[in-house]
Amino acid sequence: MTAYLLKRLVIAAITLVLASMVVFAVLEIVPGDPARLMLGMNASAEQVELLRSQLGLNDPLALRYLHWAGGLLHLDFGRSYTYSVPVLDLVRERGVVSLPLALIALALSTVIAIPVGLYSASRRGHAGDAVAMGAAQVGVAVPNFWFALLLIYCFAVWLRWVPAGGFAGWGAGIWPALKSLILPAIALALPQAAILARVTRQALLEVLSEDYIRTARAKGMPYRAVLWRHALRNALIPVLTIMGLQFAFLLAGTVIIENVFYLPGLGRLVIQAIAQRDLIVVESVVMLLVAAVIAINLIVDLSYAVVDPRLRSRE
Amino acid sequence: MTLHTDVPEERLTDLIGKALANRSFFVGLLIALAVAGAALLSFVWTPYDVARLVISDKQQAPSWAHWFGTDHFGRDILSMIMLGARNSIAVALVAVGIGMGIGVPLGCLAAARGGLLDEALMRLNDLVFAFPALLSAIMITAIFGPGAVNAIIAIGIFNVPVFARVARAGALSIWPREFILAARAAGKGQTAITLEHILPNIATLLMVQGTIQFALGILAEAGLSYIGLGAQPPMPSWGRMLFEAQTRMAVAPWMAIFPGMAIVVTVLGLNLLGDGIADIIDPKARRQR
Amino acid sequence: MTLWKSVLAAAVLALASGSAALAARTDLVLGIPLEPPHLDPTAGAAAAIDEVLYANVFEGLTRIGPNGEVLPDLAESWTISDDGKVYTFKLHTGVKFHDGTDFDANDVKFSLDRARAPDSVNAQKGLFAAIDSVDVVDPATVKVTLKNPQGSFLYNLGWGDAVIVAPESADTNKEKPIGTGPFKFQNWAKGSSITLVKSDNYWGQPAYLDKAEFRIVPDAAAAVPALLSGDVQAFPFFQPDGVAQIEGDPRFKVVVGSTEGETLLSINNKKPPFDQLKVRQAISYALDRKAIIDGASNGLGVPIGSHQSPASKAYIDLTGEYPHDVAKAKELLKEAGLENGFKATLKLPPPSYARLGGEIIASELREVGIDLEIIPVEWAQWLDQVFTKKDYDLTIVSHTEPNDIAIYSRPDYYFNYQNPKFNEVIKELDVTSDEAKRIELLKQAQKILADDAVVGFLFELPKVGVWDAKLSGLWENAPIQANDITKVKWND
Repeated sequence: MTAYLLKRLVIAAITLVLASMVVFAVLEIVPGDPARLMLGMNASAEQVELLRSQLGLNDPLALRYLHWAGGLLHLDFGRSYTYSVPVLDLVRERGVVSLPLALIALALSTVIAIPVGLYSASRRGHAGDAVAMGAAQVGVAVPNFWFALLLIYCFAVWLRWVPAGGFAGWGAGIWPALKSLILPAIALALPQAAILARVTRQALLEVLSEDYIRTARAKGMPYRAVLWRHALRNALIPVLTIMGLQFAFLLAGTVIIENVFYLPGLGRLVIQAIAQRDLIVVESVVMLLVAAVIAINLIVDLSYAVVDPRLRSRE
Repeated sequence: MTLHTDVPEERLTDLIGKALANRSFFVGLLIALAVAGAALLSFVWTPYDVARLVISDKQQAPSWAHWFGTDHFGRDILSMIMLGARNSIAVALVAVGIGMGIGVPLGCLAAARGGLLDEALMRLNDLVFAFPALLSAIMITAIFGPGAVNAIIAIGIFNVPVFARVARAGALSIWPREFILAARAAGKGQTAITLEHILPNIATLLMVQGTIQFALGILAEAGLSYIGLGAQPPMPSWGRMLFEAQTRMAVAPWMAIFPGMAIVVTVLGLNLLGDGIADIIDPKARRQR
Repeated sequence: MTLWKSVLAAAVLALASGSAALAARTDLVLGIPLEPPHLDPTAGAAAAIDEVLYANVFEGLTRIGPNGEVLPDLAESWTISDDGKVYTFKLHTGVKFHDGTDFDANDVKFSLDRARAPDSVNAQKGLFAAIDSVDVVDPATVKVTLKNPQGSFLYNLGWGDAVIVAPESADTNKEKPIGTGPFKFQNWAKGSSITLVKSDNYWGQPAYLDKAEFRIVPDAAAAVPALLSGDVQAFPFFQPDGVAQIEGDPRFKVVVGSTEGETLLSINNKKPPFDQLKVRQAISYALDRKAIIDGASNGLGVPIGSHQSPASKAYIDLTGEYPHDVAKAKELLKEAGLENGFKATLKLPPPSYARLGGEIIASELREVGIDLEIIPVEWAQWLDQVFTKKDYDLTIVSHTEPNDIAIYSRPDYYFNYQNPKFNEVIKELDVTSDEAKRIELLKQAQKILADDAVVGFLFELPKVGVWDAKLSGLWENAPIQANDITKVKWND
């Protein structure tokens, strides 16, 4: 077990290092000079050059990578070119929007999906199952930004229950802040809920077809009781796996939704930073998200190993 | 992951009979054919010529002349959707092609050789998987310039590890089989075995994954072109049509509704088709229905 | 049923009148399209900085008024020596910066010397190029000596880049701007909004509003729902293509004003085949300005035929020089040896006038056989590729600086246009101060540009402001890029 754990950790670390090199290399070839952009159309070549050297843009490539990667290790992400504040501050400011948004969306999707999946599995083959799974099929197919548009026009413009976009800020109180996150969270959660409901149903049915469940049924245990007592618990592993992956997806997948609702989250930050050629911000945020995905994958791997010893022995 | 067993020698007529009896497959096939048909038709005919902008006809509500209405440049939305189908299909199809073309050989190779090569290839896979796909696609298209080709590449790259994993897992489950052992005993090489025995046995598996990735590709393309990083004008694309509709939702809602429906219906059709294929071929999945 | 309805109506009325009896609103959320990179107007070119801070937080010796006129600001009055070289400014007294420090002549000297210093990062150093020296006469008097007379000097001092800052706070203005204006900076939620509040110890007429939030709303798509839902009450710079949804709604006022923005289909004059006059003229004939204005500015732009604002006294209408004529365009291309047409690229920056106009122009040029590939670019790429490296065929951009016809005479400008005759006219204009003569020269210059079909002259960019019908005091026109909210108030 320890060997397996160590191996997984080493692999995760190597992936992280390789990923950082890829991110750095890709962003080095971005066309467009950040110094020129900051100074605008009328600045002279000398002014641009002055700013370039102030920003350290003229140092050799390897030096800049080491400098950047070394900084990452002790959470020093450098300073944003355009905002001239530490990147960590920006990430923290934006993270308090994206993280709660992803969490709320995940919670919503779970609250919708698990009961639907349970219901469908318990009514397998009946009309209710067909309707629920049909709805899930449609849910998977809906692009979340289109759904978001429909939500805005229904609940913000027409009914005026919630703001059409923007973020009130946590300083304005919990309720106004939550209100501005409700629509984006719903838009994000629906397609995820549809996927999760399908996975839940499938996992339950798979467990239900196992021999011990059949035995329990043969012994006269009611179907519902079997479903609750045995099946759900055993089906939890694939469901949790998907939820883990979905959370990683949600964190990064908020990009488009944050743009629809102009929420000041990490996704918007990245898009703006790309447009303004604020490379250090793009690098740092992408790296953070990559690290998050790697960490989540690691946790999923490890939890698999804990539950399923066969996996461990095979490695 | 559920893997199907060795392909039973079923008669073709049986298979077709089963296929038509499967509702998912049937509906999915109809939708897919309709969308593909509309895209093909657009090469020779569309109700209106959308290359010519008739500003004086802008934002007309749906009518007999324009079934789905017109957009802010006076273009016929039905014609735009037909042309957009071509773009969506092209992008998703090539992206799946890239994923299969690179991913499947890699996966088969990893399964056949095992050892260090397998380990290295799978770590490479992990590396690509670690990048949030959509965000990375946005980064790639933003850096190398927006456009259909870069969108295809960005989406295609993230299909590679998916197919590599599926192919490897499928191949690994088949290698220990007796008929493979027999082939090896007869002196066949790894390449020959992979081509003659492994690939035919994982083909359906890849087909199911292919339809899923195709549907995801259409959604990804729509997302990219919605934020302006997909196909560029004058080539119509569903995602950009939605973006253009957004400022005009209150006065011309049809500009948003029809392209959105086109995406939903197409993706739905492909997913149904994938489910259907899996149902028909995979006895275990069928038993669960 | 009827009774129930009338009771309800009465209740609603009572509620409405009850709220009307309360004091008028004193807060405002105003939408701006771009977030400023920082908050120091003296250290950056971004218009977004001025859109938040100009006149509200920072003040200069002079300021530009709603119609482009020069008004006194921190300078109460001034005298100009007979040779036009020495300006003596009398300053307001009792003025304090928001951090409590006093404003006096030393701050003026500091600000002007800082802006024109060799290591200055001021984006408009040219504004101060004529200054020879700045001297403090007494705390309330400053003397500025110029190297040579400059007719636009007082106007230049009214730019956002020339505002007065204090030595104590100059270095931290990027994050925490300290000025002398009627509003002081309160908070900047990055990526979201910037909040200003009323300054208690303002020297002049205090502002009506207690609090103003400048919220960043990047595109029309987001602006429309924000306005309709009441989240944001004013968009002084609204994208014209969003107007259709607001027009006719009595809750809002749509105000179309003028800008100094000549919107051009810029042409790389050195790159074949655009180096041929006939090809450029063919392009001008191929353009249908009416369709472009309808599609790209919702019909609100004013067509132009050369590089001068129609609001200017020197404006001549040259839109008739190249009427929309597809046959004529094809004929000219044939004469240029391009009867089979040719391919070119059209690089489009982010604003909607460029992206929308580009699609229409591509469609119009296709009619005459010119096949354009549309390449959308971000501002960073546009500045780099088009403006700096001149790596482009065609592009669309609005030149929003006032009175900027001289850009066509710059040797290294991105149009790559050279005409000695035009340069002579501009040279003469520089040294001419007689108003009538200046107008005559400006007219000559416009005619030369139109004759040479240097670029495709499209339209004067409209300034479309949309705000709550109960608001007053916002600028209708945009002589400079700013949101002066010092006179804004709610009326009931």
